[in-house]
Amino acid sequence: MPADPIITLRGVTKIYGSGATEFQALKGIDLDIAQGDFVAVMGPSGSGKSTTMNILGCLDVPSGGEFLFKGHHVERLDRDQRALLRRRYLGFVFQGFNLLSRTSALENVELPLLYRGEDKKTRYELGMAALDKVGLKQWWDHTPAELSGGQQQRVAIARAIVTSPDVLLADEPTGNLDSERSVEIMELLTDLNRNSGITVLMVTHEPDMAAFARTIVHFRDGLVERIEKGLAA
Amino acid sequence: MLGTTVILAFRAINRHKLRSFLTTLGIIIGVAAVVTMVTLGNGATAAVREQISSLGANVLQLRPGQGFGRGGGGPRPPDFKPADLTAIENQLTGVRAVAPMAQSSGTAIYEGNNWSTTIYGTTAAYFEVQSWKLTSGRLFMPEEEQAGRPVCIIGNTVRTNLFQNADPIGQRMRIKGVSCQVIGALATRGQGGFGDQDDVVVMPIKFVQRRFTGNRDISQIMIAVDDAYDTSTVQNSLEDLMRERRQIKAGSEDNFNVFDTKQISDTLTGTTTILTQIVGAVAAISLLVGGIGIMNIMLVSVTERTREIGIRLAIGAVAGEVLMQFLVEAIVLSCLGGVIGLFLALIASWSIAPLMQVPFMFDVKVNLIAFVFSAVIGVVFGYFPARRAAALNPIDALRHE
Repeated sequence: MPADPIITLRGVTKIYGSGATEFQALKGIDLDIAQGDFVAVMGPSGSGKSTTMNILGCLDVPSGGEFLFKGHHVERLDRDQRALLRRRYLGFVFQGFNLLSRTSALENVELPLLYRGEDKKTRYELGMAALDKVGLKQWWDHTPAELSGGQQQRVAIARAIVTSPDVLLADEPTGNLDSERSVEIMELLTDLNRNSGITVLMVTHEPDMAAFARTIVHFRDGLVERIEKGLAA
Repeated sequence: MLGTTVILAFRAINRHKLRSFLTTLGIIIGVAAVVTMVTLGNGATAAVREQISSLGANVLQLRPGQGFGRGGGGPRPPDFKPADLTAIENQLTGVRAVAPMAQSSGTAIYEGNNWSTTIYGTTAAYFEVQSWKLTSGRLFMPEEEQAGRPVCIIGNTVRTNLFQNADPIGQRMRIKGVSCQVIGALATRGQGGFGDQDDVVVMPIKFVQRRFTGNRDISQIMIAVDDAYDTSTVQNSLEDLMRERRQIKAGSEDNFNVFDTKQISDTLTGTTTILTQIVGAVAAISLLVGGIGIMNIMLVSVTERTREIGIRLAIGAVAGEVLMQFLVEAIVLSCLGGVIGLFLALIASWSIAPLMQVPFMFDVKVNLIAFVFSAVIGVVFGYFPARRAAALNPIDALRHE
């Protein structure tokens, strides 16, 4: 079922600091991620999984190697070009939700559309549709403070998918939630992957959550240790 | 793209009302303080200038005795005689006009209204020396002066108290029991540091001497110096002339004094200049303090909003857009604060000025400088911390607590 790779990493390295404090977080990653895949990235702290996610999310640049996203050499793009790439193809879900405070669910969800320059009517329609998809349509005018953790994360997912991205990156999306809410979030991501064709990349350290993925990539000491099929495959 | 950032800026301002208010407050206080102070300072300066100009320019006042309050005790120095006046008029060069004065006081009565006032006996030259204009009527005729006719010219306070809104010209009123005809009404000179200058009745000196003072003494002589001559030179000649006429031996002190209004005008002008400079300095300091307030709140606000900047960058905002949003926010808040500050200053100085008895002087330049200065501070200190935040790696900005 997985088709041609949407993401290709070749010999990607990442070095933080310099001189005595130099730290090599990634020591040469080779990885292909196919369009429509659901990848769980696992590994102990400091194994390089978060660094890899940041590079895949175009938030950070590799120190060496090649990163091809839909054929673009991301390592050659500048800050603004990467921002435009994020705006066009990527959606983000964070462990800490990262919603704008005192801002209604709908306005949080509309934010990426504003940066895309969509008009008011389109923003409203797409925003409400995304909230409907995560089951929070009737909560559209509530601010994050008025929503539970699980609801906030679903708003964050709605914000990530409102632009119909090719790839959804989720960094420990269930890290701040209890197991029941976690399962709901995972079911939502699975649904988006299956029915909307969104490629999902997720960092997690919980095997229960990784079990929802088609592919599980294990990291250790800045290298890909092994790749295995998940239960969903 | 500008439209988007403007929407976002207004949303952010609206959502963080307290933060927006605090940011604006620094500018409001800065602008209001400066503009109020300078407006009132200008008013005070104008008030002092007006008092100075009411003295008349380049006027020498000749009085018997040793100046104000000095030379107490001993026999009272003699007043001047009509011959002194003639000598000054004929022997002194550089004199434009000379006015003798005899003073009295008494009650003026007109149709049941009575008013206690000061009576000046003088000549028509007095009005020239004092640069004092009539609002209606005429000055004394030479014949009226020589014969000491019962005619009078009244100050504005006397006019309003006796005649209210009626036209006083040609009316007969009684002053100290003597009937006299009102021939002129004086323009108002207002309250000065010298009492109510409009509370006066001016009559021919010969009339005052004959009916009120009972002698031909002149208590004061006012001399207007010709603009072409140096006042101090004329003052020296005047002093020499008077020493000679009053037979004062060399080495003895004068028993008269010459009071130069130009001198006091210079002194007061100097004082006013210092006053203006002090007000300006205080104003500059408060503007600076206001600026530092703006700077602080902007820095705190941007530091606090680093995570928000991280979110915006992560979901695809270009650094320039984030910056533009902060810039628009800073401009809107600064300008809003500036306008409110100007408005408050207007109300404050407009209501305080009458209490201080100074005129309300609206100075466009000061308003503009204060507004532009605080707006620039607001924008600069809103912009540069935001630029630093927008330059952060989105991940670092997101991790910021």
